[in-house]
Amino acid sequence: MANLRTLAERQAAQPAFGSGHSLCRGCGIPLVVRTVLASIRTPVAVINATGCLEVASTRYPFTAWSVPWLHVAFENAAAVASGVETAYRALRRRGALRHDFTFVVFAGDGGTYDIGLQALSGALERGHRFLYVCYDNEGYMNTGVQRSGATPRGANTTTTPSGATSTGKAESRKNLTEIVLAHRIPYVAQAAISHLQDLSDKVERATHSEGPAFLNVLSACPPGWGYEPRDTIAVVQHAVNSGYWPLLEVIEGHWRLTVHPEPRESVGDWFGLQKRFRHLFDIVDMDLLAGLEETTAAEWRRLEELEARDRDWFISSHGQKWGLSG
Amino acid sequence: MTSWFTEKPRDLRRFHVLTGGQAVAEALRQIDPDVFPVYPITPQTPIIEAFAQCVADGRSHARILTAESEHSAMSAAVGAALAGARTITATASQGLAYMIEIVYLAASLRAPVVIAVGNRALSGPINIHGDHSDGMLARDSGAVQVYVTTAQEAYDWMVMGVKLAEHGEVLLPVMVGLDGFTLTHSAEPVEILEDDAVREFVGPYAYPYPLLSEVPGTYGAFAMPEHYFEIKRQQIAALDRVGTVLPAITHAFAELSGRDYAPLEAYRMEDAERAMVIMGSHHGTAQETVDMLRARGQKVGVVTVRLFRPFPRHELAEQLRSVQAIAVFDRASTPGSFPPLYLETRAAVRSPRVDSIIYGLGGRDLTPDDVIQVFERLKRPAVDTEPIFYAGSDETEKER
Repeated sequence: MANLRTLAERQAAQPAFGSGHSLCRGCGIPLVVRTVLASIRTPVAVINATGCLEVASTRYPFTAWSVPWLHVAFENAAAVASGVETAYRALRRRGALRHDFTFVVFAGDGGTYDIGLQALSGALERGHRFLYVCYDNEGYMNTGVQRSGATPRGANTTTTPSGATSTGKAESRKNLTEIVLAHRIPYVAQAAISHLQDLSDKVERATHSEGPAFLNVLSACPPGWGYEPRDTIAVVQHAVNSGYWPLLEVIEGHWRLTVHPEPRESVGDWFGLQKRFRHLFDIVDMDLLAGLEETTAAEWRRLEELEARDRDWFISSHGQKWGLSG
Repeated sequence: MTSWFTEKPRDLRRFHVLTGGQAVAEALRQIDPDVFPVYPITPQTPIIEAFAQCVADGRSHARILTAESEHSAMSAAVGAALAGARTITATASQGLAYMIEIVYLAASLRAPVVIAVGNRALSGPINIHGDHSDGMLARDSGAVQVYVTTAQEAYDWMVMGVKLAEHGEVLLPVMVGLDGFTLTHSAEPVEILEDDAVREFVGPYAYPYPLLSEVPGTYGAFAMPEHYFEIKRQQIAALDRVGTVLPAITHAFAELSGRDYAPLEAYRMEDAERAMVIMGSHHGTAQETVDMLRARGQKVGVVTVRLFRPFPRHELAEQLRSVQAIAVFDRASTPGSFPPLYLETRAAVRSPRVDSIIYGLGGRDLTPDDVIQVFERLKRPAVDTEPIFYAGSDETEKER
């Protein structure tokens, strides 16, 4: 496993994703992209869904990418990757391509949880070998902070504004990681930009998977969430430390929590740093906040039970095969 | 008249009784694409079923990517073609409607994907039978569009379509449309060329700028107003170049097969005073009816348009130059205006009298009586007739 210094050196020596992009100050997406790509040692081809990353990195005639990069549309990144990966296998078979390639999809939560879910599901079911990375900033940030299926309950967005009769988004977020898990693919994980070593280690395991691998990475969005750009890492740390965003991986169906925050902070600590939740505190919506604390605690207990159930698998030869001995 | 039987000695053993769907599948087997992303829809299913059996039997090396939707099938096709693999797909109707967003992108990204289309009515009401409304939905996508008249042509144009799509001056998707059921499901004698001859004709796939190469490229960048217009203009120019590069392809194919194709086919047009323009499988009905009327001493003819995009306006104008009255038969409608083939003809010719005829929607037959009725209408002054005549519909009974 590469340490952060090694990753930084690789990025500096041969940046797959360079400077000159126009992502916002404090945006979490470049951290995701650079950590993921610096953790992969084979040649990489990137398939990108429409969204912040695509728009900010490829304004014609410029590009921030120095690896093969393809964007077709918003909802079809997994389908495009299916075609590229199938072409790759065909070309390799008939000796028309000498290189190995690792295929990485980058898509936001809108392009993954919502409009791209069908294409993702189909690609996972067909078993194409690629790493799908969802950079999850909990909303349609590129179009101006609209709610998505990943937006948490209570968040103020431009399509779920708080007001006299509204406390922001009324619905809970979708658990996409578990939807992906239902496809029984070899490798599924959640990561966050506050824990880059953890993210990098997961990428290494994911790319050794014999089938599709999926990473759901909590990113952060200063204008969309309402905090100062310098606080990006701190904000996401609270998401992890409160148990709101568990860092976990599920390998061949076996669960493991990769970070155990002790003691766990309250969800209020995570919400309190962001303007999108400010109204919940202003109106002292204690029911909603208390409900969120309870839901988060119950989910954490469930994950700990799954982890305890699968502990033996990880310390067995199975775990060693994935580089996780003991 | 299709005169190719007389031009070259024929080996009858090469003739097989095939449906249009089977003929397309035979072309696929011989072309042997790298990737075939596809989603089933009537009446395209005979194509993909027959080809899947070819692959299962080891008679093609293609990788069939059974997508979960047409949208994903076309998306995968674009990815595969740009990656550097020869890619073909097939669809129809709602399936084409669902993939239409990506057909536009295939043209813009210059992905040379051949798309067989079993032309079928668009819902609603839902209907599985033939018309051209699905193809017309893709009219402005930037794809090359061919509408064939027989199963033989479907086979031939799949082979030529690969060559055309991948031509370095073109690099665009090519849609080969064959009428649903009338062609996809009806059997007729089809000459299948030698496998090696087809493979040599299409040659190896050599996309000039493959994504999977040592030179990293950025594909699908976004363009602001200062660049979008010029990029679009280049794409349009590529489609226009089809008119220049197609003759070499059709001539080479004629040497191979004895069948020489042009963007349109004129039948008994030499001294025609009245003429009809049509596309697709009713071309046979039209030619037979013209023969009947010619036998009665009427100077009538028919022009069948095969290449709809880019539209062969100069060739059509040449054929219709001295015709006094023209009826344009569209198997699609443009609610609120005139249908597509009519508008193309209007833009191409200076004839004083051009009538718009809509026929065959949702699989309705076009009979010789319908065609005769239209030719009779062309004798009457235009002021007596409705601007659009719906041939073969219940309302045409009123005029009989």
